[in-house]
Amino acid sequence: MPPLARRNLFHDKVRMAVTLTGIAFSVVLMVVQWGLFEGFSGSTSNLIDHSGADLWVTAKNTVYIDQAVNFNERKYYQVLATPGVAQAAKFIARWSVWKAPNGRSESVAVVGYDPDVPLGRPWGMVAGDPQQVKQPNGVIVDRIYADKLTAHNLDDRAEVFGYRARVVGFTNGIRAFTTAPYVFTTFKNAQDYTGFKQDQTNFVLVKAAPGVNIQKLKADLKARLPDNDVYETAEFSAMTRHYWMFTTGAGIAVLMAAALGLVVGIAVVAQTIYATTMDHIREYGTLKAMGAPNSYVLGVIMTQAAIAAALGYAIGMGVSIFVVHGAASGGANIVLTWKTVILMAFLTLVMCLTAAVVSVKKIFSLDPAMVFKG
Amino acid sequence: MAEAIAIRSVTKQYVEGTAGTLALAGVDLTVNRGEVVLLMGPSGSGKTTLLSIMGCILRPTSGQVRLEGHDVTAMSEKELPAVRLRHIGFVFQGFNLFPTLTAGENVELSLKLKGLSQRNAKTEARSLLEQVGLGEKYDAFPSDISGGQKQRVAIARAIAGSPGVLLADEPTAALDSKTGKAVLGMMAAMAHKDNRAVVIVTHDSRMAEYADRIVRIEDGRVVEAA
Repeated sequence: MPPLARRNLFHDKVRMAVTLTGIAFSVVLMVVQWGLFEGFSGSTSNLIDHSGADLWVTAKNTVYIDQAVNFNERKYYQVLATPGVAQAAKFIARWSVWKAPNGRSESVAVVGYDPDVPLGRPWGMVAGDPQQVKQPNGVIVDRIYADKLTAHNLDDRAEVFGYRARVVGFTNGIRAFTTAPYVFTTFKNAQDYTGFKQDQTNFVLVKAAPGVNIQKLKADLKARLPDNDVYETAEFSAMTRHYWMFTTGAGIAVLMAAALGLVVGIAVVAQTIYATTMDHIREYGTLKAMGAPNSYVLGVIMTQAAIAAALGYAIGMGVSIFVVHGAASGGANIVLTWKTVILMAFLTLVMCLTAAVVSVKKIFSLDPAMVFKG
Repeated sequence: MAEAIAIRSVTKQYVEGTAGTLALAGVDLTVNRGEVVLLMGPSGSGKTTLLSIMGCILRPTSGQVRLEGHDVTAMSEKELPAVRLRHIGFVFQGFNLFPTLTAGENVELSLKLKGLSQRNAKTEARSLLEQVGLGEKYDAFPSDISGGQKQRVAIARAIAGSPGVLLADEPTAALDSKTGKAVLGMMAAMAHKDNRAVVIVTHDSRMAEYADRIVRIEDGRVVEAA
């Protein structure tokens, strides 16, 4: 194809700049809002996703991790006795109150795990290791919340639910979805920190033996524990995400903002491509009079839309990467994955091609006889 | 001479709301290959409507149009662009060149629409521009050449792919007298030398010297064919 599409598009440089600005703005808006959604969504289920478990045994009718009902820890032994189970660990996730030496109180999410079993441990350690919680009153917190918890150094002290706590390790990047930071500790400490009875647990995490069919093991555990639910890790993760993102409305708000970006982009690009088309309407009339098929004219307009999409996306994604890094240093959790990069490229292209439809319809209905009118 | 265009009892009525305007009222006309026909008449007489019908851009209300042996009135709307592309070249009053393409690319565009490869279209476009005396203007944009040169580029574009029919709507209206005559002379040569039918709508009676026939139209009827 002669470079008609490209030449017409770049002919008016001011208009082109406006188009690219509009597309880039839409891309940034979509990336940031989608990244916030992914960040929020991921933080609701990060304990589950990083647990290393294959299956989660919960109280009956548990729908998300943060509001699980406790049950008797005898179930833990029944789990261990089930053929196909390689490892099992009791696990607590429950809100409590952190009181710093300066008297400042903060809500926290206490996470109790068995330090001798590699299930449900903290990740992203930057000081200490997960087993150090075995030290008296040992807790691990995240660097992100150091100021909030007034816990900047190893051996800093605090009280949790009236019991002593001593920082023995730091993670970096474990964000809580709520305002309550995670405080990792031993299962036993967690029982104290959350007011659990000594024979109670929140969950039992299960690691299947190599080669064991997870579905079958799940069914076996359900048969053995009729008063409990058993979920695969991905299943429980999805349930938790769904609860927070859709039942509470938090996710919908973010998704709507992302959709708004898409709509703004379509409107801006549609307006610009339509204006460009109208500027060249006589040329399209000439093309049709010469006998150019509609498919050729469609190709010209869609090529313009695709070029605008590619350039606008490149600029928008560049700005987005800058924004995401800036936001991370400012404490916001905007997740930008390769999947998002590809998804946004696809959405930008769809946005621009959709925007071009109005122009295409105009040209398809154009009467080529217009070329003889003056 | 072989028949290129045959118009038989053609009428054209424009309807707007409940009012109708009869632009052509039973026109019969034959244009043969190798001849130059001037369509003349006052404004609103139906010249451009007749040219549009010959060019398969407008469909007649009644009557028959044959182009290069094909009954185009029997064809569907979707078939007509292909007929235009294959059999007809257009030259417009306002040149209608694509301003963002060079002279050469304007001609190439027409050739590529007709199915030529990029390489062949480039070679052929250069040859056509040389035919109209503009070989050196291949890379010039329309804004950088004179009106006469623009019309010669438009003629090169119109004859790209060697259509049997060349239709021109007031091709000299935007040109001075000398340039206008040169353009008409070129079109007449293309009719005679290449055995092509050339139909030109014009108000300018000074162009009569280039015509093999002059057809006068008034109130949608052919009143004189000489």
